[in-house]
Amino acid sequence: MTVGGPLTRLLLGSPGGLVLVVVTLAAAVLVPVLHLTQPPGSPFFVPTWLVSLLGKYLCYALLALAVDLIWGFCGILSLGHGAFFALGGYAMGMHLMRQVGDRGVYGHPVLPDFMVFLNWNELPWYWLGFDSFPFAMLMVLLVPGALAFVFGFLAFRSRVSGVYFSIISQAMTFALMLAFFRSDMGFGGNNGLTDFKELLGFDLQAVETRLGLFSASCVALALGYLVSRFIVTSRLGKVLVAVRDAESRTRFIGYRVEYYKLFVFVVSAMMAGVAGALYVPQVGIINPSEFAPAFSIEVVVWVAVGGRGTLYGAALGAGLVNYGKTYLTAAMPEVWLFALGALFILVTLFLPKGIVGTLGGMGDRFRRPAAERRAIALRAAEGQRAAE
Amino acid sequence: MATVHARPEVHDTILYLDGVTVSFDGFKALNNLSFYVLAGELRAIIGPNGAGKTTMMDVVTGKTRPSTGSVLFNGGVDLTRLDEARIANLGIGRKFQKPTVFESHTVWDNLELALAGSRNVFNALFFRLRPPQRQRIEQVLETVSLAVARDTLAGALSHGQKQWLEIGMLLMQDPELLLVDEPAAGMTDAETEQTAELLKGIAKTHSVVVVEHDMVFVKALESRVTVLHEGSVLAEGSMEHVQNDPRVIEVYLGR
Amino acid sequence: MRKVRFLLVLMAVLMVGGPLAVEVSPAAADEAPATAAIDIDALRSMVDDLVAGSFGDKMTAVRDLADSGDDRAIPVLEAFLNGALYTRATDGRVVIGERRGRGLLLRDALTLEELEVVPTTAVNRVAINNRLRGMVRTALGSLTLMSPNTERRRQAAHAVFRARSADAEPLLQEALAIETEPSVRRRMERALAAIHLVHGTETEQRVAALEVLGRVSDREVRTLVASVLIQDSDGNPVEADDAVRAAAADALASIDGRLALWGFAVNVFQGVSLGSVLLLAAFGLAITFGVMGVINMAHGEMVMLGAYTTFLVQQAFRMWAPDAFDYSLAVALPAAFLVAGAFGIAIERGIIRFLYGRPLETLLATWGLSLILQQLVRTVFGSSNVEVGNPSWMSGAVEIAGGFALTYNRIWIIVFSLMVFAMLLVVMRHTGFGLRMRAVTQNRQMAASMGIRTGRIDALTFGLGSGVAGLAGVALSQIDNVSPNLGQGYIIDSFMVVVFGGVGNLWGTFVGAFTLGIVNKFIEPYAGAVLAKILVLVAIILFIQKRPRGLFALRGRAVEN
Repeated sequence: MTVGGPLTRLLLGSPGGLVLVVVTLAAAVLVPVLHLTQPPGSPFFVPTWLVSLLGKYLCYALLALAVDLIWGFCGILSLGHGAFFALGGYAMGMHLMRQVGDRGVYGHPVLPDFMVFLNWNELPWYWLGFDSFPFAMLMVLLVPGALAFVFGFLAFRSRVSGVYFSIISQAMTFALMLAFFRSDMGFGGNNGLTDFKELLGFDLQAVETRLGLFSASCVALALGYLVSRFIVTSRLGKVLVAVRDAESRTRFIGYRVEYYKLFVFVVSAMMAGVAGALYVPQVGIINPSEFAPAFSIEVVVWVAVGGRGTLYGAALGAGLVNYGKTYLTAAMPEVWLFALGALFILVTLFLPKGIVGTLGGMGDRFRRPAAERRAIALRAAEGQRAAE
Repeated sequence: MATVHARPEVHDTILYLDGVTVSFDGFKALNNLSFYVLAGELRAIIGPNGAGKTTMMDVVTGKTRPSTGSVLFNGGVDLTRLDEARIANLGIGRKFQKPTVFESHTVWDNLELALAGSRNVFNALFFRLRPPQRQRIEQVLETVSLAVARDTLAGALSHGQKQWLEIGMLLMQDPELLLVDEPAAGMTDAETEQTAELLKGIAKTHSVVVVEHDMVFVKALESRVTVLHEGSVLAEGSMEHVQNDPRVIEVYLGR
Repeated sequence: MRKVRFLLVLMAVLMVGGPLAVEVSPAAADEAPATAAIDIDALRSMVDDLVAGSFGDKMTAVRDLADSGDDRAIPVLEAFLNGALYTRATDGRVVIGERRGRGLLLRDALTLEELEVVPTTAVNRVAINNRLRGMVRTALGSLTLMSPNTERRRQAAHAVFRARSADAEPLLQEALAIETEPSVRRRMERALAAIHLVHGTETEQRVAALEVLGRVSDREVRTLVASVLIQDSDGNPVEADDAVRAAAADALASIDGRLALWGFAVNVFQGVSLGSVLLLAAFGLAITFGVMGVINMAHGEMVMLGAYTTFLVQQAFRMWAPDAFDYSLAVALPAAFLVAGAFGIAIERGIIRFLYGRPLETLLATWGLSLILQQLVRTVFGSSNVEVGNPSWMSGAVEIAGGFALTYNRIWIIVFSLMVFAMLLVVMRHTGFGLRMRAVTQNRQMAASMGIRTGRIDALTFGLGSGVAGLAGVALSQIDNVSPNLGQGYIIDSFMVVVFGGVGNLWGTFVGAFTLGIVNKFIEPYAGAVLAKILVLVAIILFIQKRPRGLFALRGRAVEN
């Protein structure tokens, strides 16, 4: 009913979210400490491969959070969020390429190997500035943000919504994938950007660097959650939910729905960009396959599994599904796609609220009166219908 | 057509429709429709199905753009060029035929969202409710008899309660002109009566246009009545005047 | 709607334009049947003379080979001319040698049977001198330019045009005098004009030659004519004769004009061809999306299933009725329709019907299904392409002027897509099922209360949409690789067609598909295939700014709510 103090609003309103913040921040400290202090073989030792794997999951979780922010709260199903993730990744990749300096195979002082290979003589203008870390970080936010702004502005202004928006966003990432596959775009074509050496002077292969990136990912996820939580608990968040439930009603009480959608879409794209930027140094490569429509739609199923509209559920879903993927692709590679496909179907048919929603929103269940809970159940069945 | 009064000066009107035509694939939902509503007036609009009542509201609120004609608000602004949000912010509120409230928000939040004030995205991000605004919400909750249900999700309200909540949201907007589409639909007699009283009360401080089918309800409003038929005005005047108009009788009772 | 009809008529005209095509060369005719005028032993003795005899014997042998009129003499003489005729050191056998790495692959000079690969030291080249060369050329000319086989003469005329050797002129004149086949005559005249242009000395003759060449729409001719206008590094014309240069400029302009026109027509054809493919792929989507408001992400997999059904049907034919292979598609079409349609109905009953009113969830569930279907096909058939053959009546091409060719399979697919379109229009407009389907589209509840079993209509509609996708799969199997990813390649394009054309309107799909196809093909020459695709996608995103519901959107109250 009323808005409490900022901290209460951010953390206590959602116990699940509180757990997420506490766990990620704790992991940011504990995992490096355990890795460095415990001898290998100790039950508390965290091996390097696990650090890398968890770091990757954290980036995926941040991406899922970004998708949930717009899908769960504003009803915008983007099937092209992988594009923002990839653009953030490319911005980081370009910085890392510039950091390679003359240590490339061809030993050119400025040009990355693939440009030397293409007989280029100088850096294209859009590569300028990426040798500076702050500039690159700015681009990690601005490039996905700008694309989201232009795309969102066009789409929302002409009131493209529902499945139309989904399809158009899928076409967007598909077009970008085709574009990045072209060698003459200057982003390494098929192979993308790889063979990175160091970040801010730290060797990317060194365990310490990996631990640092892991901690940074933890902090980014926690911050991403807090930013999202701040948005959805503000009046702006209420407007977003209002848009999801009854878009035209929202217009008739005077809200410029397209601006609200645009704001949250751009924020979400920037979060995806950050996730991509953290992802690239941890996996050591960025290539056009991150733009593949299939990847973007897979992200959506992470959110659906965790529970849309819950934020921390999206992060949980990303972790669970990707753990399943890691496990299955190693143990029974041919089964993975069957499992993923079945997951899409089963979750939409039998678990429309996802794991978190089905388990009752954890703390929420105990504080809301029964009538309200019934209403929530009712909404799950009917509300979305009105929204779309 | 059947306008009995001399045309007023435009600046006396809150709403002035002039030659508005809307066609859907050749079918004219509004056909050169002209009429006006004076500032402070309570006006009922009746007409058989397909007369263009809802389309007229769509045009005024910016949902539908007419192919010709103009709609002047408050004696000057042409609404046909503006979008819904802009029109709403100028001071026109609308209640839909089917009650539409934000089902996954509480009654309180529904009213808070409708609260008059800045609709800016960034203000919304850092918005905090101030005590006078809180009082205003409490006041409206009393007016529409929903004080007990303030923390209930709107989706769980009864049909009549949703209608009132929507009227409450209109009050929160504090518009100069309210457009109300079939407020009595699906209500019990007692609720209908209460609703009529509510609207009459509102009309003391606002201009109100009510579209309605229910003659009993329209009579209870004791207002001027405009009859629409096939997209234009068929008759206008007091309820008795309109009811005795042979053309109106023909339209309503059939040939 | 009128606009659409106009486009349709335009298309029909373009298609009838097919007969504009002049020279028909089905692939089967490439291999001219051998004319065996005399028996192989006589030939062998002539070849032996050619190799081992005195200079006089060699001249006689060349003349005899020419007079034999036997096709088998052609490769021998060609090899002789090109210095590829050898005798094997071990047994003196006359062979033709082809480079194979560092060695030579030996073939029997007359039977062309492959013998062995030997180092170059194991054979002796048969020597030739300039006088003999001239004779051999003449002999080859008479063997080919006056061969009783039309196709052989056509190829020979073309070869003469390419070589433009002055030696060939008398022979060419001779051949032209007796040639009756118009298409071969044209080629011979072209060759003669080329010789006159290059070797002629009289201005008049060369200008006349250029006039002849200027009437031809062919890239090679264009290159030849353009070569007259070449300037040297100082900017002076290489060709000294002003009148010839002027005539060449005229001829070039007229060739370019016609080539541009043909290029345009071919672009239109390729666009229409791509459009028909898109149309086939998009029909099913238009039906399921338009009628039911359901986004079926597994639509591409229905297409893929249709293609694999074709493969299975063809396998059956290969195994049990190889002679009737040409009829395999006639069986594959209904089979693919039924298989994909049955899958469609199963999907609708099993998954989609539980998700009505939740389009985004439907989208996700059907995507999951598409993953499963792809993986299933991959497991059963493997992830590489399977072999789907063209029946003979779909192989080959119609060659039109300017070196452009229209392949038969593309032409058939255009015809097929129009047939499917007509069929669907009839189903939608003139059958009880179509009527009920449209009723459900416009007002589901009202239709239900009129006693229409909407569930059944939904299932059948979905089955129809999927079945049509299966038909598309049969067509696509003829022009594309059949692999588990087949459907994925078309799904986004088909969505674009539906979004562009407007939902719920077959005419919209029709116009959308052909517009996108043609626009794509017109951008391609300037921007390349990938960039063209990107530009089209961007254009569509911008287009829906103006018409968010596509070209042919339904309007009115019912749609808005």
